[in-house]
Amino acid sequence: MALEIRDIHKRFGPVRASDGVTFTVEEGSLHGILGENGAGKSTLMKILSGFYEADSGEVVLDGEVLHLRSPADAIDAGIGMLHQDPLVFLPFTVLDNFALGSPGSMRLDRKAAEAELMRVSGELGFEFDPERLVRDLTVGERQQLSITRLLWLGARVLIFDEPTTGISASQRIQLFDTLRTLAAGGMIVLFVSHKLEEVEALCDSVTVIRRGKVVYEAEMPVASETLVEKMFGNVFVEEERTTVPLGDAMLRVEAATLSEGTTRIEGLDLGIARSEVVGLAGLEGSGQRTLLRACAGLIQPESGSLSVDGIELTRASYREHLAAGVHYLPAGRLEEGLVQGISIAEHLVLASDDTAFFVDWKAADARAGEEIDEYSIKGLPSSAAEELSGGNQQRLLLAMIPDEVKLLLLEHPTRGLDVESAAFVWTRLLERRNHGTATVFASADLDELLNYSDRIIVFFAGSVFAIRTAAEIDGEELGYLIGGKVRA
Amino acid sequence: MEATFNSIIAAAAPLIIATMGETITEKSGVINLSLEGSLRLSAMTAFAIAFWVGNALVGFAAAAAVGAAIAAIIAFSSIRLKLNQIAVGFVLTLLAIELASFLGDSFVGERGPRVPPLPIPILSDIPFVGKVFFDHDLVVYFSYVAIFATWWYFYRTRPGLNLQGIGERPEAAFARGIPVNMLRFWYTVLGGAMVGIAGAAYSLDVKLGWRETLTLNLGWIALAIVIFGGWHPLRVAFGAYLFGALQVLAFQLQDVFPGVAQVLPIAPFPLMILALVFVYSDWFRRIGDRFPKMRNLLGSEAPAAMGTVFERE
Amino acid sequence: MTRVRAAVPTLVALALALAVGVALLLVVGAPPLETFRLLVEGSFGSASKISATLLAWSPLLLASAGLVVTFAAGLWNIGVEGQVIMGGIAATWVARTVPGPGWVLIPLMVLAGAVGGLLWAVFAGVLKTHGNVHEIFGGLGLDFVAAGLATYLVIGPWKRAGVASTSGTDIFRPEAWMPEFQAFGVGWPVIPVILGLLSVLVVWMLLRGTLFGLRLKAVGSNPYSSFLLGIPTNRYMLGAFAIGGALAGIAGTVQVAAFHHKLVPAISGGYGFLGILVVLLAGFSAVWIAPIALFFVGISVGSTQLDLQLGLDSAFGGVLQGIIVLFVMFGGAWSVRRASGRLTPQEEP
Repeated sequence: MALEIRDIHKRFGPVRASDGVTFTVEEGSLHGILGENGAGKSTLMKILSGFYEADSGEVVLDGEVLHLRSPADAIDAGIGMLHQDPLVFLPFTVLDNFALGSPGSMRLDRKAAEAELMRVSGELGFEFDPERLVRDLTVGERQQLSITRLLWLGARVLIFDEPTTGISASQRIQLFDTLRTLAAGGMIVLFVSHKLEEVEALCDSVTVIRRGKVVYEAEMPVASETLVEKMFGNVFVEEERTTVPLGDAMLRVEAATLSEGTTRIEGLDLGIARSEVVGLAGLEGSGQRTLLRACAGLIQPESGSLSVDGIELTRASYREHLAAGVHYLPAGRLEEGLVQGISIAEHLVLASDDTAFFVDWKAADARAGEEIDEYSIKGLPSSAAEELSGGNQQRLLLAMIPDEVKLLLLEHPTRGLDVESAAFVWTRLLERRNHGTATVFASADLDELLNYSDRIIVFFAGSVFAIRTAAEIDGEELGYLIGGKVRA
Repeated sequence: MEATFNSIIAAAAPLIIATMGETITEKSGVINLSLEGSLRLSAMTAFAIAFWVGNALVGFAAAAAVGAAIAAIIAFSSIRLKLNQIAVGFVLTLLAIELASFLGDSFVGERGPRVPPLPIPILSDIPFVGKVFFDHDLVVYFSYVAIFATWWYFYRTRPGLNLQGIGERPEAAFARGIPVNMLRFWYTVLGGAMVGIAGAAYSLDVKLGWRETLTLNLGWIALAIVIFGGWHPLRVAFGAYLFGALQVLAFQLQDVFPGVAQVLPIAPFPLMILALVFVYSDWFRRIGDRFPKMRNLLGSEAPAAMGTVFERE
Repeated sequence: MTRVRAAVPTLVALALALAVGVALLLVVGAPPLETFRLLVEGSFGSASKISATLLAWSPLLLASAGLVVTFAAGLWNIGVEGQVIMGGIAATWVARTVPGPGWVLIPLMVLAGAVGGLLWAVFAGVLKTHGNVHEIFGGLGLDFVAAGLATYLVIGPWKRAGVASTSGTDIFRPEAWMPEFQAFGVGWPVIPVILGLLSVLVVWMLLRGTLFGLRLKAVGSNPYSSFLLGIPTNRYMLGAFAIGGALAGIAGTVQVAAFHHKLVPAISGGYGFLGILVVLLAGFSAVWIAPIALFFVGISVGSTQLDLQLGLDSAFGGVLQGIIVLFVMFGGAWSVRRASGRLTPQEEP
């Protein structure tokens, strides 16, 4: 059995997301698909899994040309995909998630389905409580559930799209073991990632994709420099860490108890200095968001106190925090940052502190033009937010941050951005840092955390697990801490 | 007493059929807001056709077709044209109401066929229960079937689980090979057909004949009952019976306090608002939290993707 | 050229709507040409008919202008009917209780109507912002309550001396009538028309040129982002309800002070719901409200003639309006789909 991808083309408007992709993967191999964000990996995988239809080209499995018009066709052909954000139904039980979409008789025999769930998950070494709500599972467990389901449905080809996002070090080790076992059992496993070290650690062979084209194919191991060069087109020089001397205290949290949903952070003492950058690490939903939201005034501490630059804000509302110089940038750019149908110029008017009743649209357009230049946003003052790419949306959000911000709170500031935009975002953030802004950011990207933080706060299971300065921690240790383990 | 309960069951029957239909539609992710219009136009059609043909059953079939057609317009305009379901539903409400008045003008005051009573042998002889539940006609028995079948389908069958999936997270359902938009279309049509049958029940069963005020704006009430029922067939049915009881009670009060007659047609609406305030109150939510095993029955969460359009990319 | 092309789907939709209308007339055995002739003649056929049409135009303009504001805030103000009714009730109360000359009374009635509609709208708004009751159900419930209240007042406390009938209260004293201006042998509703057009103009300026309008649009499109941007979203939603309700309430004043000169149970004239159709057809923008409202009100006024002349139910007007809106919505959506090509997003997600 072999999976052959022959000359796949797929265009989105002017963008050639897949531009003649051809490669072959042999049975029993763990094959890496490497490329930076936006290189076209996801599009290709969605074509393989039937989510998108290719404009032209063929997918051949075991000598048979597949007609992939929908995920149903892909599943029938034995191709299963794990999406980056596992596509599960949060309010349903584990068992219902397992059974949903499965073939079989009209009547749903939950007993039989449960037996199957237990059998297949047992073979993989996973454990599930069938009656638990998927809402209460970690991202890693949701992934395990999806793997179990796909194998039960008879998948021969398994695609993993950036599967290590949001899972702990120990879950990652378990995931990699599972992947190796699956490949050893004769399956084809495609491991899609933009993380070099993961592909190096795991894969037997690799295909590098850049701008919708296959630029490199090789059996592993390959020198890292070669892969980096193929991924980015030139050798990417890691940015030199810069620091500035820290100032006096900007954010002061004392004996604070924060609680939101199932997250509860007790007795938190935290001081963040002017010009300090603090990274929040941890699995998704471990409490980072709760701390950010508390600092932003979106939830109030149950006890303790919180002040910014000497201003008491413990019981203050979100808008009072804004007025005190706190700015919060959540992860969902188009959901909790920008407004659809509103233009760049209008966004800047909304974000400015000018409260004149009548808007001077000429001045607003001029100002938008300046910001567009300053932040290299690809768009016009009249472009609506949803017309911008993710990178440009993030640039607009940066442009909307008021000049004299004291405390900047960011969630995943570079998630989904290409390398250039990500670097740009940090350049601007560090400029603000240089002018005294204290920065707190949550990220799932260990490199980002290690590169930019002065201190890293690691959350585990809804509370602060460890606090380390950047100097005393490395990637390996951070990975362990995120998984709730202290390295021996 | 028996008679009162008997009439509650009968009064609620059309409402049950309509709310079960709407529950199915909304559970799949589509809102059919046109209920009031669908009820009226299908009631009018049912009467007109039954009057011509002289057969109530044919009237019911025609009404189901009308309800299904209106639902199909909503489904099509949402799925294919990406139009707002609320907007299309509202326009269709007004259009169907006017169309019913316009086309039904000449039938006002006519007498048509009716659904014959059909006590179920043996069962209807059971003391109390028999009289209350089994001394009715086919419409009422159909309402029982509708409740049970909807509940069974949602929670005991494979396609029913898939139905919940497409209303909750369509992209995840699609990734599992479920044809989301095709199913949404047909569930909307099915729900609409049931609303049509409910409409026919008004003109051929509950009250005989066609006039504009026949449905008493119960289409809007039906929409609210689905919310009150938390999209769970049994709780929705409970809401419909509760409402039927209030209707019967108010009707009987009319004899005691004659002044009530004028307030009667309006009374359901403040009640509807209060009921909605109640199910969304923190108090009710806390009750739900206390019994996690009964979360389907006690939850008030709408299907997460209700009212949205699904595109595969 | 592009403007012309953009109008094509709308024109096709109008033609199709007309065709369906003709088909319906043929079904009920009415002569289509004669019917449409009567529609036009009934609304614009003579000076007095034009005056009647303009008088009906005014409340529709007011209600539609108010709805543009609530739609901008992302709200389905189905409660607009009730707001018109409460405006009419409040204005009637002033007319019945406040003594004084017309130049005092009329402004007071306009003010009272605005306050009546405003309070009723804010009630629906508070149910939404503080009770989580969707404005469709809150508003609709309050519509029926307002209608019930009007009926109760007409047959109860405000009944005509001696007779309790649903035909209305006593006619107002002349000071409470909005003055007409005589020309071409008929009275013209100048004040109502000015109120109507002014409301459209103010709403257009509010949404186009002011920070309030921009913030309202932001709240309407994405309340959570707006909140994070520092906009007090609940206050803005209630503000939109207040403006929409006040304008609807003034429409109620026009109905009692310029048209019926008394309170009747069906005082809203259906202009609230008709306003929703107008705003949908206008694509939620204030720019096209005036001509569309005139077109629709022409159909409404003209269709009352059908009953008298052809024995045709006047609901035909409503049918025609509904079909037009539906088809134009379809036409617009269809051309958007065509322009954007088959299922292609702007960029890779």
